[in-house]
Amino acid sequence: MTSHSPLLLWAMIGSIGLGTWLIRLSFLVFLGRVERVPPALGRVLRFIPAAVLAALVLPALTHATGEFDLGTDRFAAGAIAAVVAWQTRNVLATIAVGMGALWALQALGWLR
Amino acid sequence: MDDSARRDALFAGVKAIFPILLGVVPFGVIAGVAAVEAGLDPVQAIAMSPIVFAGAAQLAAADLIARDAAPLVIVLTALVINARFAMYSASLAPSLRGLGAWQKALGSYLLTDQAFAVSVTRFQQTDDDLGGRVAYYFGSAISLWITWQVSSVLGVIVGSGVPPEWSLDFAIPLVFMALLFPTIRDRGTRLAAVVAALSAVALIGLPLNLGLLAAAALGISAGVISEVIP
Repeated sequence: MTSHSPLLLWAMIGSIGLGTWLIRLSFLVFLGRVERVPPALGRVLRFIPAAVLAALVLPALTHATGEFDLGTDRFAAGAIAAVVAWQTRNVLATIAVGMGALWALQALGWLR
Repeated sequence: MDDSARRDALFAGVKAIFPILLGVVPFGVIAGVAAVEAGLDPVQAIAMSPIVFAGAAQLAAADLIARDAAPLVIVLTALVINARFAMYSASLAPSLRGLGAWQKALGSYLLTDQAFAVSVTRFQQTDDDLGGRVAYYFGSAISLWITWQVSSVLGVIVGSGVPPEWSLDFAIPLVFMALLFPTIRDRGTRLAAVVAALSAVALIGLPLNLGLLAAAALGISAGVISEVIP
C-alpha cells in the first residue's frame, strides 16, 4: 500500500498520461519535417522493450521474499511459466500455467 | 473512397484485432487489480486506464507506487517503457500523412502495440487510400480501447475483494514475461534482455528503486554496442 498522497498520485498519473501521449504523437507530427527517424535514436528505441521487460521480470522472481532466494515457490513457478511464454508467446497461457504452478507449489509446501 | 468502402475498412480493422482482444482482457483485469492493490482509490484506479492507456506502463507504475518509489522514478520508468510508441509513431506516419490535427491527436492517444501490429501489416499488404487506412486504424484501435477500459474497470471492482493468499500480484511478472519473449528477435535484443535482467537483480538495492532504470540503460547500451561492434 502506498503512502503517497492522493494529490501526488493524481500528478503522477497525469504526468505519465501526458508524457505517453506526447511520445505517441511525436513522429506523427514531426515526420513531414523530418523525413525519417534518426538512425541513432532508432537503434536505442529498438532495444527498449526487451531490456525493460527483462529488467521487470527477473528481480520479481529472484527476490520474491525481499532477499535473493532461488528456492521459492515464485522462482520455480516463474521458471515453468517462462518455458510456456517462450514456446507459446501467449499471455493467457503464461498467466494460467504460472498461477497454477504457484498455487500447486504453495499447496505442496516444499519450497519457501 | 465512398462511405461503404470506408465502413468496410473500419470493420476489417475490428475483425483483425478481435482475436487479440481475448488476450487483452486478463491483462486489463490484472492492471485494475494491481492499481487497487497498490493503494490507489477506486476513482484513481479506474481513471488510470483512460489517462495512461498503456498496460505495461500501468502495471510497472502500480508496482512502484505500491513500493513507495520516488515519484520521479515512477513517472520516468513508465515513460521509458512507453518510449517504444515513438517507434510505432514513426513507422505509421508515412501511411497516415495528411491526417487532420484532431485525427492525429486522437489517433496518437489510441496507439498501442496491438493496433500498430494489425495496421502496419494491413498498410503493407493493401493499397487503401488515406480514408480507408484511417478507418482501418481507428476500427482496430477503438476496439482495443473499449476492451481495455471495460476489463480494467472489472479488475478494479474485483480487485478490492481478492484475498492476498491468492497471490494475484504474481500475475504482473507473468504478463511481462509473456510480453518479453516476442521482443527477443535477434542476437542484439537477446543480449539487451540478458544484460538488463542480470543487472536488475544486481542493482536491486539501489536507492529510490532506480535499479530498474539503470538496468534498462545497461541492457540497451549492450544491445547498441553489439550492433555497432559486430
